[in-house]
Amino acid sequence: MIANLGFGLLVVTFITAIYGAVTAVYGDVKKDSRWVESARRATILSFPLATLTVFVLLYLLATNHFEVQYVYSVTSLSMPMYLKLTALWGGQSGSLLFWAWLLSAFSSAVMLRKWDRDREFLPWVILVTAVTMIFFLSLILLFENPFIRWWQTLGGEVAAMFAPTQATLLTPADGMGLNPLLRHPGMIIHPPMLYLGFVAFIIPFAFAVAALITGRTDDRWIRITRRWTLWAWLFLSLGLVLGGRWAYDVLGWGGYWGWDPVEIAAFMPWLTGTAFLHSVMIQEKRGMLKQWNMLLIILTYDLVIFGTFLTRSGVLSSVHAFAQSAIGPMFFTFIGLTFAVSVGLLMHRWNELKSETPMTSMLSREALFLLNNLLFMGILIVSFWGVIFPLISELATGQKVTVGPPFYERATAPLFGALMFLMAVAPLAAWGHSTIKTLGKAIWKPGVVALIAPIAIFFLGVRNIVALIGFTLVALVICVTLYEIWRGSMARSKKLEENFFVSTWRLFGRNRRRYGGYIIHISMVFMAIGILGIEIFQTQTQGTIPQGSSLELANYEITFDSVAQFDTTGGRNVTRAVMSIYKDGNYIGQVFPRRDYYYESQQPMTIPGLRSTMLDDLYVILVDWQPISTIGATFKVYHNPLVNWLWVGSILFIFGTLVAAWPEKDPATLRATAKLVQAPGAAN
Amino acid sequence: MEQSPTPQKPGRIKFILGGLLILAAVVYLIVSSTQGNAEYFMTVEELKAKGSTVIDRNLRASGAVVGDTIQYDPQTLNLSFTVANVPGDNNEIEAQGGLALVLHEAVVDSTRARMQVIYNGPMPDLLRDEAQAIMTGHLGEDGIFYADELLLKCPTKYEPAIPSQSSGN
Repeated sequence: MIANLGFGLLVVTFITAIYGAVTAVYGDVKKDSRWVESARRATILSFPLATLTVFVLLYLLATNHFEVQYVYSVTSLSMPMYLKLTALWGGQSGSLLFWAWLLSAFSSAVMLRKWDRDREFLPWVILVTAVTMIFFLSLILLFENPFIRWWQTLGGEVAAMFAPTQATLLTPADGMGLNPLLRHPGMIIHPPMLYLGFVAFIIPFAFAVAALITGRTDDRWIRITRRWTLWAWLFLSLGLVLGGRWAYDVLGWGGYWGWDPVEIAAFMPWLTGTAFLHSVMIQEKRGMLKQWNMLLIILTYDLVIFGTFLTRSGVLSSVHAFAQSAIGPMFFTFIGLTFAVSVGLLMHRWNELKSETPMTSMLSREALFLLNNLLFMGILIVSFWGVIFPLISELATGQKVTVGPPFYERATAPLFGALMFLMAVAPLAAWGHSTIKTLGKAIWKPGVVALIAPIAIFFLGVRNIVALIGFTLVALVICVTLYEIWRGSMARSKKLEENFFVSTWRLFGRNRRRYGGYIIHISMVFMAIGILGIEIFQTQTQGTIPQGSSLELANYEITFDSVAQFDTTGGRNVTRAVMSIYKDGNYIGQVFPRRDYYYESQQPMTIPGLRSTMLDDLYVILVDWQPISTIGATFKVYHNPLVNWLWVGSILFIFGTLVAAWPEKDPATLRATAKLVQAPGAAN
Repeated sequence: MEQSPTPQKPGRIKFILGGLLILAAVVYLIVSSTQGNAEYFMTVEELKAKGSTVIDRNLRASGAVVGDTIQYDPQTLNLSFTVANVPGDNNEIEAQGGLALVLHEAVVDSTRARMQVIYNGPMPDLLRDEAQAIMTGHLGEDGIFYADELLLKCPTKYEPAIPSQSSGN
């Protein structure tokens, strides 16, 4: 019964979205704002409707309604309540519903803003969000209905929304339970973060299309959506990082990123989104790259849809492919159509989107930003090539050929390196015009300081050329960025006779985007430190040892103290080893590698014992243990230098993005202070 | 790559040249990395048929794990098992009734092409009878597949076709 209610609400939401799309266009064509207003209200209404639908599914999940196929496939009696609720995004149809719900939330929120100055955008923003909503809701209604139930017919069990003839409802005694691999805090927050990021990028795209259709091609659409873009980018980045952390904690291969097609699918919109975040600044400041920005946001939108499709359809063989589905053709049609229409609109407005100022100097700030964009696009092309290469090779030669992580690492490393170099140089370049001489003059001091890093690690015995170059770039970015902040603060404190630290604080407060950006740059190189550390210096050992003996790795000695096996909550049997760690002969602590066995899904899960410091991680996996065996237990140990910088960097990254996205003070007072203080290099 | 908007003549040439240079660099990186790292995706049947011609290639193969053949020595971490041929194409698998069924039939049918796989490392949690193994590695002259990497999928776990323990209430 309740499932019927959920299905009914879904249908009503679907009709509301269609109504919104149609009336918005009709109102615009008829120049009748009442219709547009009605469409606006319909869009606002889609949020409570979708929310109710989600509540119905949550209720079914929480109350063990196993007659509903989705509930049956992702929950079980023994699961704790929070896992039952988060199973909302544990399977395909639930996560599509969740996606649609987020979209309804964001589009209603946009509807509630003040539209006075941008009335002409309104119908088209409604249209874009509604069309996207209609697409997702029709996928749910036609292929991935989460309210489908089990029926017992004469011919056997059938899953259907409504009772087939002579069928009775079938209620299984217990559900299948959520895949144990997904029962991890990282995995509980990772999908919503990723989806928040995905869906929030639809809003800037909607405004971009509105700008193209109305011909209002100034940078108004960019200014309206600047914060949306930043939040979208923050959530998408967090989704990626959390996914990595989950892999590190749960998958037990000592890594965090495997260049799996599904990971790449989430990474590609991040690449175009990051390029977009940079290049909109050029449009705002210099009136350039307008066509390029349009193209970037169109690409981001379609990569978001493509990413949702890849993560949710299992077309590619990957660890994430836990569902097969028939919705591929629908996705490709939708992606193809939206891309063609958007690019068509862009072509139509091409001449109106010409740059206001010519780009003359190759070393100007705007040229370096453009270079940054091209590098991001380069990484995008490499990633895209890697994902579609198997399909292309199969079409061309009949032989399926794939490329693995070594391909991506080799092809993207130089591009990432170049991006880091730009991160160091671009903040010092002036708008409009820069030469080697002016740039060199600005960079030589921090550059010399940065050289300490490679020299120091060279004398520590590092001879790996990638590591030497990598750490030089890391040091260069940090030195230049700190130097920039120092210069800005000094100039301000001299001029206004403030305390230096007060000046730094106010400098950040007055130029949030600029200095938030600098914090993000530093967080990125922190992450680079972690990545260089684990990629280049990871070592491992493995062995079967009796109780009391040890394995040795790097300057660590890991002693196997004891092992115990016991049943615990959540239908698990846990085998847990106690290991003591000695560094250079001194006892420094214990780790507890585990193997959990889930009775109902008959699936074991390996949880590493982890000892983490800023210098290195010791990552111990309990590989095998036989209760009757006298040999002992088998362990695999990884030594991951510096990897913690990756996670610390991501926390700093959140902070930096919040600084950049924080609402500014009243524009009038801002303008007044901007006249007073011109930070060096920031001169417009 | 999309040519960036660079109006007016004087500086234009150098920007186009710069753009082309970057494009060339990206193409070079892609081509050279693809050549060095391509993995040929082959079914067990194809591997048996091609035999010695693919010995020095990076290979990626998938097959159904035959449960009885799993041998694991926790001392040396040497893992050995046999896989039975399954189609490499997802659509073909779907057409034959889904992954779970295809894997089951491959294991039951003793006439299917089979291949021994050797892997050194911890035994993966999902390795069991009728799981799909995706191996990356190379083919030895002895016809054994030496895997460097081993991925497993158990389709029945996540999206069951029908409830297994149904009851009337």
